[in-house]
Amino acid sequence: MLNRLSTFLYLRPKLVLALLLLPPLIWFLVVYIGSLFTMLVNSFFYLDGFTGQVVREFTLKTYAKLLIPANVQIFARTTSMAVAVTLMSIVLAFPLAYYMARFASARMKTFLYLAVTLPLWSSYVVRVYSWKLILAQEGIISWFARLVHLDGLLNWYLSLPVVGGPSLSVSATGIFLVFVYIWLPYMIIPIQTALERVPKSLIEASSDLGATPVQTFRTVILPLAFPGVIAGSIFTFSLTLGDFIVPSLFGNSSFYIGKAVLTYQGTSGNIPLAAAFTMGPIIIMSIYLLVARKLGAFDAL
Amino acid sequence: MLSKTPSKQSSGERSSMFLKLAALGTLLFLHIPLWLIFIYSFTTDESAYTFPPPGLTLKWIPQAIANPAMQDALFLTLRVAFLATAAALILGTLAASAVYRYDFFGKESISFMLVLPLALPGIVTGIAMRSAISLMKIPFSFWTIVIGHATFCVVVVYNNVLARFRRTAGSQVEASMDLGANSFQTFWHIVLPNIGTALLAGAILAFSLSFDEVIVTTFTAGNQQTLPIWIFSQMLKPRNRPITNVTAMLVVLLTALPILFAQQLTAHSSDSDK
Repeated sequence: MLNRLSTFLYLRPKLVLALLLLPPLIWFLVVYIGSLFTMLVNSFFYLDGFTGQVVREFTLKTYAKLLIPANVQIFARTTSMAVAVTLMSIVLAFPLAYYMARFASARMKTFLYLAVTLPLWSSYVVRVYSWKLILAQEGIISWFARLVHLDGLLNWYLSLPVVGGPSLSVSATGIFLVFVYIWLPYMIIPIQTALERVPKSLIEASSDLGATPVQTFRTVILPLAFPGVIAGSIFTFSLTLGDFIVPSLFGNSSFYIGKAVLTYQGTSGNIPLAAAFTMGPIIIMSIYLLVARKLGAFDAL
Repeated sequence: MLSKTPSKQSSGERSSMFLKLAALGTLLFLHIPLWLIFIYSFTTDESAYTFPPPGLTLKWIPQAIANPAMQDALFLTLRVAFLATAAALILGTLAASAVYRYDFFGKESISFMLVLPLALPGIVTGIAMRSAISLMKIPFSFWTIVIGHATFCVVVVYNNVLARFRRTAGSQVEASMDLGANSFQTFWHIVLPNIGTALLAGAILAFSLSFDEVIVTTFTAGNQQTLPIWIFSQMLKPRNRPITNVTAMLVVLLTALPILFAQQLTAHSSDSDK
């Protein structure tokens, strides 16, 4: 019986392919692509302010709402945060990635690779939680500042506009630090991979031709590591744009894209506006990817 | 990923002190926060996050484990993760087999489509599913959470299984068929043992991905609280700090150990393949 079935199937590879491919394909087309499509559809509906009901008629009203100053400010705030987080991640990731790629022994590299990826796989929400402990007014940073008699400096910093706040755990700086911490591994791995691919002969040739180590770094290593930096920045940038957990926990009342989406769909039931808002990060990321492609970031990957 | 690099120190090139310190600094930055969670699980401080802890105690651990809200959240999370992993295992393996064995139109875009839910910011997947739920008037339920989770878990199983397929020799399958085994026997005796550890590793990764997920879940869960959402709500309005501290520690342990195990599984098999 099984033999006959086996032969039957063996002679019909197209049928087997269909049996294999259709379940995952249908799942993704219905559940995922279908959902994305309903999001697009929803963004062209609008919420009737009086009845509080979503009106299912085609309109550009909801998109027009994105252009009011308060919402433009949300996009600007979130994008600048994403840029700042990305730049800081590059600065912190590069030395470790460079050390991993060029100096670490094989054993050391395995250990470091695990040390970098393990936080990625451990619970996101718990990693965020740890910063609630760190940044709290009575937490370790304030304690350390008092210990080295820099609490005056910390208070001065918190009194600054934009970056400051009542405490580190309610400030833009807090959001920034937590984002950098959470997404940093996504920056380390691609830079390390890119640096790993820089041929040793190239570096030797550069120094044979009389370049100082700094010159070699600037003119040979850095340009070759660039695709890795771009790949990493795609993660840090995109993840920062879409996150609502961190701004909800560490921010004051100022909105970021993710928090705005959450609030609109939740408390006010304005799914059309939430959907239209989400098109923001999608469009920003598409532009980002196009520019990255133009810069040749994908050629080397 | 490893062991492909001959010793790099041969040319007498040495890392500077500055580089070492900077690398160490980044490493500490990545790890110290997690250690703090362990310290805080034992603090006697109930109402604040005082550092250093005023005293140490073990009393919160049994209290946390016995906490009914935490238990409910934990069991819901485990049930969701279990079903999402099962669905991801089936769908991921099927997709990997199709992509590995056959050529068809649009083959390249399969990987792309499968990775999208994980690659796009969680909020996109989340609000997309929320839109579908709203548009189709589907009630929130246990199953909406499971379906959301399964969707972004498929890709980890798919990647693991496909990578294993590409490394195992096709000759074994041919030999089995030549010796008279039918497709099912070959699958059971040859293919499954070969991809077994890849399936296990993929399952562990999918499970922990689902176990930790909070963003998509926020949009598909309605009023139900999975463990990450419970922790999130405790952070928004801290009601029971000691219990939350201990739960956070337990979550770190519950997820880190299986992941280390999964890393071992994939690392060992790639060594033995050479």
